[in-house]
Amino acid sequence: MSAIQQLEELKTTALAELDEIADLRRLASWRVRYLGKKSRLTGILRGLAGLSLEEKKAVGAAANKLKLTLEEGFEQWQQALRDKRVLASTEKEGIDISLPGRFQPAGRLHPVTQVTAEINDIFISMGFEVVEGPEVELDYYNFEALNIPREHPARDTMATLWVDHGTDGGQQPMLLRTHTSPMQIRVMEKVPPPLRIVVPGKVYRYEATDATHIPMFYQIEGLAVDKGITMADLKGTLYEFARRFFGEDRRVRFRCDYFPFVEPGAEMAIECAVCRGSGCRLCGSSGWIEILGAGMVHPWVLERVNIDPEIYSGFAFGMGIERIPMLRYGVDDIRLFYGSDLRFLRQF
Amino acid sequence: MKASMSWLRDYVAIDLPLGELARKLTMAGAEATVIQIGGDRWQGVVIGRIAAIDLHPNADRLRLVTVDLGTQQPTVVCGAPNLRLGDKIAFAHTGAELIDGYSGQRAVLKPARIRGVTSSGMVCSEKELGISDSHEGIMVLSADAPLGQPLADFLGDTVLDLEVTPNRPDLLSVIGVAREVAALTGQSVSVAEVSYPEAGPLVAEEVAVEIADPDLCPRYCASLISGIKIGDSPGWLKERLTACGMRPINNIVDVTNYVMLEYGQPLHGFDYDKIRDKKIIVRRAGEGEVLVSLDGVERSLNREMLVIADSRRMIAIAGVMGGANSEVSRDTTSILLESASFNPASIHYTSHGLGLTSEASMRFERAVRPELTLPALRRATQLMLELAGGQAAKGIIDVYPGQKERQPINLRTSRTNQILGMELTAEQIAATLSSLGFELQKAATDGDFRVMVPYWRSDISLEVDLIEEVARVVGYEAIPATMLSSSMPRQDPAPILGLKKEVRQGLAGFGFQEVITYSLTSRELLEKVVTAHPLKPAPLHLANAMTADQEYLRTSLRGNLLSALAANIRHEDGAIRLFELGRVYLPRDNALPDEVEMLCGLLAASGGEKSWNASSETIDFFAVKGVVESLLAHLYIAGSYIEAGDSGLRPGWQAAVIVNGDKIGVIGELHSKVAEAFEILRPVYLFEVSLAALLPHALDCRPFQPIARFPAVVRDIALVVDSRVSHQQVMGIIRSFALVGKVTLFDVYTGRQVPPGKKSMAYRISFQSKDHTLTDEQADKILKEILDRLAGELGASLRA
Ligand SMILES: [Zn+2]
Repeated sequence: MSAIQQLEELKTTALAELDEIADLRRLASWRVRYLGKKSRLTGILRGLAGLSLEEKKAVGAAANKLKLTLEEGFEQWQQALRDKRVLASTEKEGIDISLPGRFQPAGRLHPVTQVTAEINDIFISMGFEVVEGPEVELDYYNFEALNIPREHPARDTMATLWVDHGTDGGQQPMLLRTHTSPMQIRVMEKVPPPLRIVVPGKVYRYEATDATHIPMFYQIEGLAVDKGITMADLKGTLYEFARRFFGEDRRVRFRCDYFPFVEPGAEMAIECAVCRGSGCRLCGSSGWIEILGAGMVHPWVLERVNIDPEIYSGFAFGMGIERIPMLRYGVDDIRLFYGSDLRFLRQF
Repeated sequence: MKASMSWLRDYVAIDLPLGELARKLTMAGAEATVIQIGGDRWQGVVIGRIAAIDLHPNADRLRLVTVDLGTQQPTVVCGAPNLRLGDKIAFAHTGAELIDGYSGQRAVLKPARIRGVTSSGMVCSEKELGISDSHEGIMVLSADAPLGQPLADFLGDTVLDLEVTPNRPDLLSVIGVAREVAALTGQSVSVAEVSYPEAGPLVAEEVAVEIADPDLCPRYCASLISGIKIGDSPGWLKERLTACGMRPINNIVDVTNYVMLEYGQPLHGFDYDKIRDKKIIVRRAGEGEVLVSLDGVERSLNREMLVIADSRRMIAIAGVMGGANSEVSRDTTSILLESASFNPASIHYTSHGLGLTSEASMRFERAVRPELTLPALRRATQLMLELAGGQAAKGIIDVYPGQKERQPINLRTSRTNQILGMELTAEQIAATLSSLGFELQKAATDGDFRVMVPYWRSDISLEVDLIEEVARVVGYEAIPATMLSSSMPRQDPAPILGLKKEVRQGLAGFGFQEVITYSLTSRELLEKVVTAHPLKPAPLHLANAMTADQEYLRTSLRGNLLSALAANIRHEDGAIRLFELGRVYLPRDNALPDEVEMLCGLLAASGGEKSWNASSETIDFFAVKGVVESLLAHLYIAGSYIEAGDSGLRPGWQAAVIVNGDKIGVIGELHSKVAEAFEILRPVYLFEVSLAALLPHALDCRPFQPIARFPAVVRDIALVVDSRVSHQQVMGIIRSFALVGKVTLFDVYTGRQVPPGKKSMAYRISFQSKDHTLTDEQADKILKEILDRLAGELGASLRA
């Protein structure tokens, strides 16, 4: 068969095949087959070199013409198929988009975890470092070192759960920490000033359970010790925390209060969000909600950890964590936090 | 502490609104609220007299009481035990708003039929009137209460209710509150001089006092009054006591209570005639020595408890409560009045050891200054003579072994400003402290003072204590708010914090809900999660657990989490995913326990939830394994899994999680016995990881891996192997070859198309080089080597 005849035949089959093609994927392989590097057409064009000048001219012209024809055919057919596809996808009846989607189960962190992280972040941005400490403590760290010796009336306000660990070994009494303050001592024993820390964690009380009392809850402790730290720094730090956490418009109250391990001592309250200070059931008609206890680290506490109170001063504060989501979300029963009811937890 | 305004005004002028006064007191340390006694809250309540008491026709314990109101004589039903003909009482007409004695809620009084008798009105208890919590009987008014008058006109008062912090026993007195008010409002306090005739014999000849334990009793003062007549106190005194929340008893007891409220010094009156040999000995109790206290309870004391005794026996628990054997009764004619000072810790120990707290012990354990004993004793003696007659013996017993020279405290203006962050002048500081009764002397250095603490304050011993006093009176509002200006300390957060955060976020992303449960649990619950006994390690036990289900410190998170799951299953029909990240407490010898951060998660299959397009979500062993694999991948950690023998999990359906040779946790299906114990019917899969064990493998710095630039050659193989051959064994061989990239198991088949005892496993292996494009021939050569080794070591053949 002459080259010209071959080209004719190729044209017939290629175009006939093209007519049958209904999708773009097969169209692409048609193109490889008839126009690709390994196609017969390419082979014929490559073979031109071995032909006489006259033949070269005739076959070359016919081959190039065929190439153009096939390329044109391809382009047209491609466009037609594309148009058809668009038409098909728009003409077809739509779906009921109101049917529910396939739900991705979403987990959430416990509200106390969330709030703790939020508080941590505010203090981290003010240069405080987060540390954690043991929940089972020695009497010394929980009480003695914080100026709460045995038979001190302040112990009555923190009813203690004691760990039964036998009397052998002459050990100190072991207890479940009643506050996060023991970490003040543990950190100051190890780290020389300057220091700024916050300590979130569980604390325990010997208390009957009701809507406002549970035997285990969370606190966060703060401590800053350096040369020249003042009560004004304490007030400023706490006000900044309150501003960022509760918002610009909530009034804050800073009043005198007593804790054995600080002097002077203070308490911070925020304006009740419900009554805005005029008094209601939530705030016990005072208009204020107590948020935290604070004060300047007592000189005896500093001396006990070999920090000279004439050179260094510091402030400390401690607050209960559950109160905050309770106030924020209007939760009226603290037991819900540790009841593990998904219908409650999934709301946060 | 409740202090009535009319009483306070005896000592200090108050010319600012009460709300403002309460605010000032609150800001200065004692949270104060204003309570209105009576006023419009007592509308419809009038003074009446019990005119007749008759038996109720249908009830043994009820009485029909006819009350004389002057103009009317209504009859009401009443069950109070203290009804007495002729007593003045508070009568509420129907329509009056009272506090329900049982519910504590305010309610309007309605006419009622009680056991067939109509009762219109009521004789009120103190609780019903909101005066105190007492609801055991009706409130009896003084005899001079005017018949028919509104109760509010007679008894109405305003009371300041102060929450007093433990360091301020001085505020547990009306004079103390007056001093505080004076300092905060720029007034001064005036307390009337006390004087009385001493017409009796010399007190020292009538009674001897010996302090055997001066460390527990630094001072003991006493006076003697004979020829007294016991009776009711006058109305004004009863009303003040009532307003302060105390019940009037008789003139002698009322005076001791009144002066305690006035001065803050507890007092005790003994019946002088009951004191054997007229000798008072302040000593420690004998071990097991028994005394019946005034409340009628027999108390067994010990060597650490201080008592007041006569020559033969104990007659009072010092500073806590008197004994019944020396109690003042109707026949008492002579009173030995005690005003003493006791060691606060000792009183606290005794009161808590006996489970007996009193107004006296509450003050003594907060440290009452010994200087206070004498003025209070003289005041009480004067008042008793006034109210009960009789004559006072000459002089006062005053045994004072604990007398100490009062030392001044140095106060520096510079230090004050340095602590407070303020700029107060020496004059401001001096004026502030003077207003509180401190005496100041200028020290040698300019701006420094030598400060004497007033005798009523027991809480001031250091310079910082004085600095707080200055700040309190100047006002905490005046302290500026500044930001920390010192240098930032070094930050070195513990790696476990970051790991905990990543784990929590990862699991929440995989659809797990975090729960937090109590660390306190029961032994029963800890034992419920394992099938092997005894429990190891033995959990730490609490010495004073509140309830049986909070008696132990948990050694595993499983029990609480399974309880949580069991409770939620009742209302959740979809699959449930829960996790807790928290500590377990592992006992150690002679040390605090090891508090290990643990992670436990549960995955429970759906309980038949239906959905139109329910994705065929499979919850099985491989679902829980996938969670741990994903979590480890999230942490850039590679784990492997080996068979495990956890007694809480189903045998053969569990695996230990291994990271770099360390066992860091376990996964598996819950043992059916455990599931049964929790009454869980759905399949449950569990994972448990020790974060402490995982932590060393969680690198915080991973070197960058270049992205492959040369194409991969992919080959699929289907192997037929013995059914006991594990995927891990096959992977071990495939992965040992160089140039092997990603390997995926894409099919596992057992059935008719493979011989019995065999299974088919299909893998897609991709071969890739870092530095050149692999040819098909190169890839096939490695594949052949792989197949040879699989055949040699595992007996694997290619599936036909
Ligand atoms: Zn409010």
